[in-house]
Amino acid sequence: MATVSLQDVRHSFGDNVVLRGVSLDVDAGEVLALMGANGAGKSTLIKVLSGVHPLQSGTITIDGRPLVAAGPLDARAAGIETVHQRIDEGVVPGLTVAENLLFERIAQRELPLVGSLRSLLPAARSVAAGLGLDWPDDVLRRDVHELGIADQQLVLLARALSREPRLLVLDEPTSALSAAEAERLFTVVEALRAGGVAIIYVSHRIGEIERLADRIAVLRDGSVRSEQARPYDWPAAMHDMLGDRGARQLAERTEHRGTEVVLELRGVRLFTESPAFDLDLRAGEVTGVIGLLGAGKSELAHGIFGGQPFAVGSMRLDGTSYGPRSPAEAVAREVYLVPEDRAAQAMLPGWSIARTASLPFLRAVSPRGVLRSAQERADGRIVIERFDVVARAATQRVDALSGGNQQKVVVGRWLRGQPRVMVLDEPFRGVDIGARHDLSRRVRELAAGGSAALVLASDVDEVLEVADRVIVLVEGRPRLDAYTSTVTRDQIVSTMAEVA
Amino acid sequence: MADENAAGNPAGNPVARAGWREVAVRYGFIAITVALFVYFAGTEESFRQPSTLFSMLKFASVVAILGLGVTLTMVVGGLDLSVGAVAGMSVTISAMTMVIYAQVGGVAIALVLLAGALIGAVNALLIVVLKIPDLLATLASMFVVMGLKLVPVDGQSVSSGMTLRDGSLARGRFTPDFLAIDRAFLGPVPVPVVIVGVLAVATWFFLTRTRWGRLMYAVGANPEASRLAGVRVGRYRALAYVLCGVFAALGGLILASRIGQGDISAGNSLLLDAVAVALVGTSVLGLGKPNAWGTVLGAVLVGILITGLTIKGFPYYAQDIVKGLVLLLALLFSFTMSRRRSRYAPAAVI
Repeated sequence: MATVSLQDVRHSFGDNVVLRGVSLDVDAGEVLALMGANGAGKSTLIKVLSGVHPLQSGTITIDGRPLVAAGPLDARAAGIETVHQRIDEGVVPGLTVAENLLFERIAQRELPLVGSLRSLLPAARSVAAGLGLDWPDDVLRRDVHELGIADQQLVLLARALSREPRLLVLDEPTSALSAAEAERLFTVVEALRAGGVAIIYVSHRIGEIERLADRIAVLRDGSVRSEQARPYDWPAAMHDMLGDRGARQLAERTEHRGTEVVLELRGVRLFTESPAFDLDLRAGEVTGVIGLLGAGKSELAHGIFGGQPFAVGSMRLDGTSYGPRSPAEAVAREVYLVPEDRAAQAMLPGWSIARTASLPFLRAVSPRGVLRSAQERADGRIVIERFDVVARAATQRVDALSGGNQQKVVVGRWLRGQPRVMVLDEPFRGVDIGARHDLSRRVRELAAGGSAALVLASDVDEVLEVADRVIVLVEGRPRLDAYTSTVTRDQIVSTMAEVA
Repeated sequence: MADENAAGNPAGNPVARAGWREVAVRYGFIAITVALFVYFAGTEESFRQPSTLFSMLKFASVVAILGLGVTLTMVVGGLDLSVGAVAGMSVTISAMTMVIYAQVGGVAIALVLLAGALIGAVNALLIVVLKIPDLLATLASMFVVMGLKLVPVDGQSVSSGMTLRDGSLARGRFTPDFLAIDRAFLGPVPVPVVIVGVLAVATWFFLTRTRWGRLMYAVGANPEASRLAGVRVGRYRALAYVLCGVFAALGGLILASRIGQGDISAGNSLLLDAVAVALVGTSVLGLGKPNAWGTVLGAVLVGILITGLTIKGFPYYAQDIVKGLVLLLALLFSFTMSRRRSRYAPAAVI
């Protein structure tokens, strides 16, 4: 019988019905991949399962016992552990890695609130070992924020596993992980499956699902559209997931090769230890940079944008010297960046679409300093229309939109005119497939219109979808630089793996 | 102002559905202010006099102006703790200029405003260039300013006819035009009330209707996102502190004009009042962010309460209790009742 069974789970926020009756079974020792575009109801379902939202209607049973969850503690007591996508909602800054690994036990007073860190280390080590992490004591003693984002996620995973859950819910667990780290995660997931844990694995990434899942369920508009067992019919799954949008996604595109060099990098070093290199970005083509976490993608992006100038090296833009010491200087030269971490680096909490969109070019709606609200809202509506943002009005809050729509706003706001260089750092993170295709198309149009576009991502397929030219960045150094038609996916992947 | 805020509710949570809670958060404070006013006016004959109303507003004017300055710094995500000290310094500078050096009122006004801007600029330097956290930097400058003003006057209050260091008597006095700042009327309205009105409109317009105000709010909402959108974050933070210094100096001028001598203890209690009304202001209209009208309304509310209770015979020492309770009520509106928790107050208060 099913370990975890959901029957007709419904959930609404006011009159906004998000889950319209979800029924799902997950067996012990089974990995169920849950797929769905943004807004399909995945996040809400996860929050219902983890007790963040109390169950409104329907039943959830675990090993035959109904779950009566009034809060996250009840869900946890029933054996449901969740690793949420947002890492900063899980780790506790200011505490050490060891304390974070043991945080729930400390919070539940299973471990002493006050005590020497040394006394916690053995327990912390065993929690870390549950995920196959062999971290030395000096790592466990560090503040958790000193870890990279991928390691922080591993802390959360290890913590969840230490509770020996019956059901483990993983919400896009690889979105911040490098390939090697993701591989480690997959191994753990497989071991847990063998150990009889039921796993719900939420992801956008087909490769991972193909590798891990025993079954897939596709959620759309708040209900399960289809379930499949192996072998998977991916086109059908895509269609179930995207509805009619899927039909127009896979149009073949032609590769463009730019001729005019817009931005020249000379002797640039991304890290103090890494070698210097030259790089030319050309107008009329989309340059994709693939690199794992820590390969130097964001260093490259911020160097070009002046967010964090290159320590070594020089640049020329359209033949004249270019060395921005701040983003404002880059913007003045029509070099723009969409940063990697949307929530922390692009969004203003509570701000409307119109205000978020007008921020970089506020002067355009405030000649002589006085804001013209009507014009600002009209400009906001232009972004909404041009980028197919799903929103009722330009006065709606951006943070209430889905991830894909948020991203469209923060990309779209730069594209009032024709930029010289447009840098997009992980533009598809937390973005559903439909929005990803829309964004890709826009970036390609941008390049076709005469801009140099630079897309940086850790996912090979995401880059290949949008790029004309692809560069593999390994440890701060471009390793492969070729037009996409001249390389195979395998070549790219093996280049990435050369050092790893 | 209402357009964006009305639409500022989360998706699927329109105002019509939000119920009494949103209404309470949005209009509760104004309702309480009006109710208190009606109560005092209904029960106390003397409270009904227009002159009482204006003296009440006049009483609130210094705190309101300092509160507006604090509001500007809260908008950029900071807080200026030196406003009370700057106002106190202004009293001393005014007195020295006119009483000891026998200059005219205009010179005193110019010097005071210049000194306010200078302290603001120093705060900006500490915070923006030297990267000291706002609270700590302005705490330090508060102490320095409080102490610095005592040096040229040997720690003495300055008044006409006092004996100076060289044994001579102070020849000057507060000039009538300077004293008129607090005592004159424009029609039936006291000049300080007019000044507050003008400053409130100017600050509101600046913050909500101009590019610079908008960018200041952006810097407060998310400095990193603002920087990466090409905003020169440091400039706007600096601007807020310089303006705040000028506002505090202006408040100090009114105070000096009211006191009519160089009282060295003047301004000492103003900091807490100014910060409190600015915090109250974030909740007054349910905006959840610092704003000019909220701050002024907060000052007026405190003014009404204190005037009303004084007429009712409450002892003076009850005033601080009342201020504390008003602030507490405002924080309840901001944090406990509002779904949109205030983003500004916690960071500023820590």
